[in-house]
Amino acid sequence: MPSLKDLKNRISSVKSTRKITKAMQMVAAAKLRRAQDAAEMSRPYTERFNALLGGLAASVGGSATAPKLLSGTGKDDVHMLVVMTAERGLCGGFNSSIVKKARTQIETLKASGKTVKILTVGKKGREQLKRDYGDLFVGHVDLSDVKKIGYADAQNIAKDILVRFDNEEFDVATIFYSKFQSVISQVPTAQQVIPAQFDAPEGDAGGSTLYEYEPGEEAILADLLPRGVATQIFSALLENAASEQGARMSAMDNATRNAGEMIDKLTIEYNRSRQAVITNELIEIISGAEAL
Amino acid sequence: MAETMQFDLVSPERNLMSAAVTAVQIPGTEGDLTAMPNHAPMITTLRPGILKVETETGTQEFVVTGGFAEIGQSVSVLAEKAVPHGDMDQATYDALVEEAVMAYKAAKEAAPENEPGPVDEAAKLLQDMVAVGTHIGLDPKAANLNY
Repeated sequence: MPSLKDLKNRISSVKSTRKITKAMQMVAAAKLRRAQDAAEMSRPYTERFNALLGGLAASVGGSATAPKLLSGTGKDDVHMLVVMTAERGLCGGFNSSIVKKARTQIETLKASGKTVKILTVGKKGREQLKRDYGDLFVGHVDLSDVKKIGYADAQNIAKDILVRFDNEEFDVATIFYSKFQSVISQVPTAQQVIPAQFDAPEGDAGGSTLYEYEPGEEAILADLLPRGVATQIFSALLENAASEQGARMSAMDNATRNAGEMIDKLTIEYNRSRQAVITNELIEIISGAEAL
Repeated sequence: MAETMQFDLVSPERNLMSAAVTAVQIPGTEGDLTAMPNHAPMITTLRPGILKVETETGTQEFVVTGGFAEIGQSVSVLAEKAVPHGDMDQATYDALVEEAVMAYKAAKEAAPENEPGPVDEAAKLLQDMVAVGTHIGLDPKAANLNY
């Protein structure tokens, strides 16, 4: 049975924890708004870009001279997995669910005899994967100093990946990130970026307008594909940022609520033992008086 | 009243302009071109330069560093980086020039022989960047030091 003093201390410590989680929740909510705005801003660009690239790819894709970024190297022996996670914890299952998705993929690839290489973006994913797959790491991108994700960050990651591709270090690249659906639901997603894959163009998109290309069709495609990788990574980074804040917000909301419940329970226990002490004292006084 | 068409200028980070315009002057890789309503559909890549947008109420200028333009029923310019002319100051410009200089140096290191290819492309990029500065009245001092 803890003493009154112990209970009092515990209540005050849970109270300060609740204050912290509450503050973190509010910070996450503010950041989420900003992250969502940023994701919103990038959407027109990404959509147009993909529509254009998809159309181009469909018209050039069949030819033998199509760029490798589109047609692939003709093999799929070496897989590069780009695992994008957060730099910070305390965001519920956000990091673990991305890592779990990547883990399943790694095991499947390994089981079918492929070579796997891992590039991590964000500290948390690296820490979680290090124990089992540390020997597969080929690189790490640290974004902990980046306050607001810019296109330049995505370009740097893309450049890193493209250089490795040019050196024929891998055949297929897949990015892992979390798609933002709502504050309570983020979906870990795997997306193949090299060779590029496009959603089937909608009915009227293909062939209805014949474009003139300057310079040639293939030159443009060769120029666009690397940018496509950067664009995909950029939108994945933004989605990830929004998901992270969303996950943190709901995790902290839960924590705040739990702390509240705990305080209630402890307060009841405190009052009960206080009453018990009073009753005890009374009994002592009364029985003392009776003994006289 | 002149005919107008829909024009959008988007960069990955934001939507810069979306309006009805009468003409757009685009710095294409193979030369400047002006798109007016009913232009033949075409897609071109951009070089660093000035994008001039003419609306019925006036003219707006943007500095773009690269990207591409799609001309169809409407005109969409997908710029890698685009800055309204008014917001372009020496510091921003210096950063851009610096980047071009670095790219040029990197390309030169990678291929010491001056063969057509990356080196020439980087040099052209740098020259375009310098030309932009001259046009908008900013001094490409970083470039002068390293030529």
